[in-house]
Amino acid sequence: MAKYITKRVIYMFLSLFLIASFTFVLMKLLPGSPLASASKLSVEQREVVYEKYGLNDPIPVQYVRYMGNLAKGDFGVSFQYKNADVTTLIVKKLKYSAILGAQALIFGTLIGIILGMIAALKQNTVWDYGSTIIAILGISIPSFVFAVLLQYVFAVWLEVLPVGLWEGWKSSILPSIALAMGPIAIAARFIRTEMIEVLSSDYILLAKAKGANWFEIAFKHAFRNALIPLITVLGPVAAGLLTGSLVVEQIFAIPGIGQQFVKSISSNDFAVIMGTTMFFSVFLIVIILIVDILYGVIDPRIRLSGGSK
Amino acid sequence: MYNINVPMFSDNLEGVIDLKNHKFMWLISIMLVLSVFLAACGDKKDDAGTTEPVKDKEEDKGTTEEPAKEVAQVLNLIETAEIPSIDSSISEDAVSFIVLNNVMEGLYRLDQDSLPVPAMADGEPEISEDGLTYTFKIRDAEWSNGTPVTAHDFVYAWQRAVDPATGSPYGPYLMAGMVKNATEIGEGKAEIADLGITAKDDKTLVVQLERPVSYFLSLMSFGTFLPLNEEFVTAQGDKYASNAEAMIYNGPFSLSDWDGTGNWKYLKNDKYWDADTVKLDEIVVDVVLETATGVKLYEQGKKDRVVLSAEYAMQFAEDPDVVNELEMSVFYFKMNQMRDGKATPLANADIRKAIAKGYNKEELADAVLANGSIAANYLVPQEFTFDEDGKDFRDYSSEFSAYNVEEAQALWTKGLEALGTDKVTLEILGGDTENAKKQQEWFKSELERNLPGLTISLKEVPFAVRLELDDTSDYDIQSAGWGADFQDPISFMELFVTGSPQNKMNYSNPAYDKLIESTKTTYAKDPIKRFEVFAEAEKILLEDDAAIAPNYQRGRMALMNPAVKGLVTHPFGGDYSYKWTYME
Repeated sequence: MAKYITKRVIYMFLSLFLIASFTFVLMKLLPGSPLASASKLSVEQREVVYEKYGLNDPIPVQYVRYMGNLAKGDFGVSFQYKNADVTTLIVKKLKYSAILGAQALIFGTLIGIILGMIAALKQNTVWDYGSTIIAILGISIPSFVFAVLLQYVFAVWLEVLPVGLWEGWKSSILPSIALAMGPIAIAARFIRTEMIEVLSSDYILLAKAKGANWFEIAFKHAFRNALIPLITVLGPVAAGLLTGSLVVEQIFAIPGIGQQFVKSISSNDFAVIMGTTMFFSVFLIVIILIVDILYGVIDPRIRLSGGSK
Repeated sequence: MYNINVPMFSDNLEGVIDLKNHKFMWLISIMLVLSVFLAACGDKKDDAGTTEPVKDKEEDKGTTEEPAKEVAQVLNLIETAEIPSIDSSISEDAVSFIVLNNVMEGLYRLDQDSLPVPAMADGEPEISEDGLTYTFKIRDAEWSNGTPVTAHDFVYAWQRAVDPATGSPYGPYLMAGMVKNATEIGEGKAEIADLGITAKDDKTLVVQLERPVSYFLSLMSFGTFLPLNEEFVTAQGDKYASNAEAMIYNGPFSLSDWDGTGNWKYLKNDKYWDADTVKLDEIVVDVVLETATGVKLYEQGKKDRVVLSAEYAMQFAEDPDVVNELEMSVFYFKMNQMRDGKATPLANADIRKAIAKGYNKEELADAVLANGSIAANYLVPQEFTFDEDGKDFRDYSSEFSAYNVEEAQALWTKGLEALGTDKVTLEILGGDTENAKKQQEWFKSELERNLPGLTISLKEVPFAVRLELDDTSDYDIQSAGWGADFQDPISFMELFVTGSPQNKMNYSNPAYDKLIESTKTTYAKDPIKRFEVFAEAEKILLEDDAAIAPNYQRGRMALMNPAVKGLVTHPFGGDYSYKWTYME
């Protein structure tokens, strides 16, 4: 296990290196200048500013220096927020996005699992169709439509939750639910399909024959096996939440990272673009690693360390 | 066993399902009801339903008149962008200048009528005969940390702003050619200490100019010229102004709860010299990007003001809470006469004039923009600059290239003949926002309909890309705009002189250049004559040459709580002053 994780961590750094290099190249290809009012600066002044940020050096020199700083965990300073340290900037904003993302993922998966199980256990009944409808709605309606809908119902109409802004945990409820619709739908579909398949397999019949009670059959035998494919898709689902949160945060006026990322691209804020990309990459890679480790926990048949003797 | 177990199984779960199911059924029904509601009722009914209750509450407040009821002096505002930098040497955007205008104070401040009045300056300055030397007395005032505001604070701030190493976007730009030696410092031919600003003593500030500048005092309220306490700024180093604590304030409010990003608050600054005038105790500002969300917050009474985007402006046009404000920004077409070293069809004056007259600006302002903007047949905005008697500059000048299809078509035919063709394709370069795209589509259809043989291709790009294409003159027609930096027609008129960094459309008319130059030299001290010369130059630019085609002056429509009184808007610099604002 330890060996496996070490190997994965090495791969992780390799991926990050490639992502950073690729992002660097793309950034340099972006048209425009990072200076917001470049037209107001004289040529001499522009030179001074470029010099200050090291933008005058040849691209390879910039690349080496940038990667060096990155290795030290220094993302540099923002152009958009004059002289603001990018790491601090991202960490501050990431807090809100992380809360929303985590809540949506946990809530969404749990509800999805419940819906999926209900649908599977009560196959071809009204419960099944109901949960299927919810799943289809969840997957086909984008999260920002739900966001506006929830905002209208609970904040404007019923006035039980805030319309927007960050006023503590209460403010996170609606955006989290809006974001959770995707995970709910995906989890419900996967669990339903898998459960139905597993429930009709021989070992379930065996378990029943053995006299195992319904609880054991549903949870110990069927559910655990049905979880594997769901866990596989959790990584991409988490990634989807990151992009979804961008619009949802805007609708609920949550000061998260999403908007920041978009703005940094349109204003050529190199340091913030790179910083956010790296944070997102690390996040995704770690999630994927966790998912792979979870496989082993859920299904002992999957051996992570590999290498049979 | 099997048969027994299964029902048990379902029975047990059914309880759970029932419970869950109620919620889900409820949710689904709400969704269905809502989708019908939203689709069928349209927006207007919605609004009536939601705004009225709020209004009723407000009216109640007004009429019940509880005896001596104290209204909390807290103003709740929305901004649509965060603060990029409130280091006054570096600030360059609208939000930062609004904040600076309310937490800092320069030699002058714009009053309720947007006229410059002495602020840190103790009374009017002494101005030398030749108009080149200003001697200011500095008022007894303190920074929020208790240190006195002195003449040295101004010297330090100005020197810092002009220093090329600071990278100030406005410092050298505003000071060059105005403050003595600023141009030379930029070229490295003079020391920073040679800048024409000196502190005779703690209370006396002397400013030396290169030429008489009639709008100099109004410029003194601008962010770049605000004082900075050297001791504090150098002690903070790179961290200066990176959060609310890393700054000291000498204005009506101090900043609070700001960690460099996100939302912020203003608290009344008790150390402010005129603190008695300031009535608000606190201003809460939240960044809300979606107008829809802003409107909902306003309707719930959580926010006292929300600026409306075009679609909401149309919807709320009749609302009693609506306030209309005219901005000092004018939008126009830049018509490029030379692209890739070749003359474009726009090098022909008749073609340019035909285009300038070829679309209905009223329709653009009223139907396409519909946000309080007005059609502009001019470059220098309305309600922007005034002579000593308060007469608007627009009364000195007149209207140019107004919409006229017959004239446009006659000019167009003439132009095409001169070019020896009957078909012309032109590209319009513009922004990629929803609003910009809508305008560009409209321009295309309107121009193609009115000018036969014209094909318009649209190129819609992000702002940074547009600036780059502008820089290399890589466009035919560009939809561009300019906002005033200071209160003088020259803020706009200077943009199109030969070689100006804003020209970039290969327009050059020595007669125009000469007139603009004369406003800085010959007529610098004759305000009336200056205005007349600007009017003459405007006629050359817009009518004789049709170098640019003005489109509209931007307006702003907002919903504002009627209980908010004395919120002052300014035509340039920081857009709002809260110094005189109070809640009724």
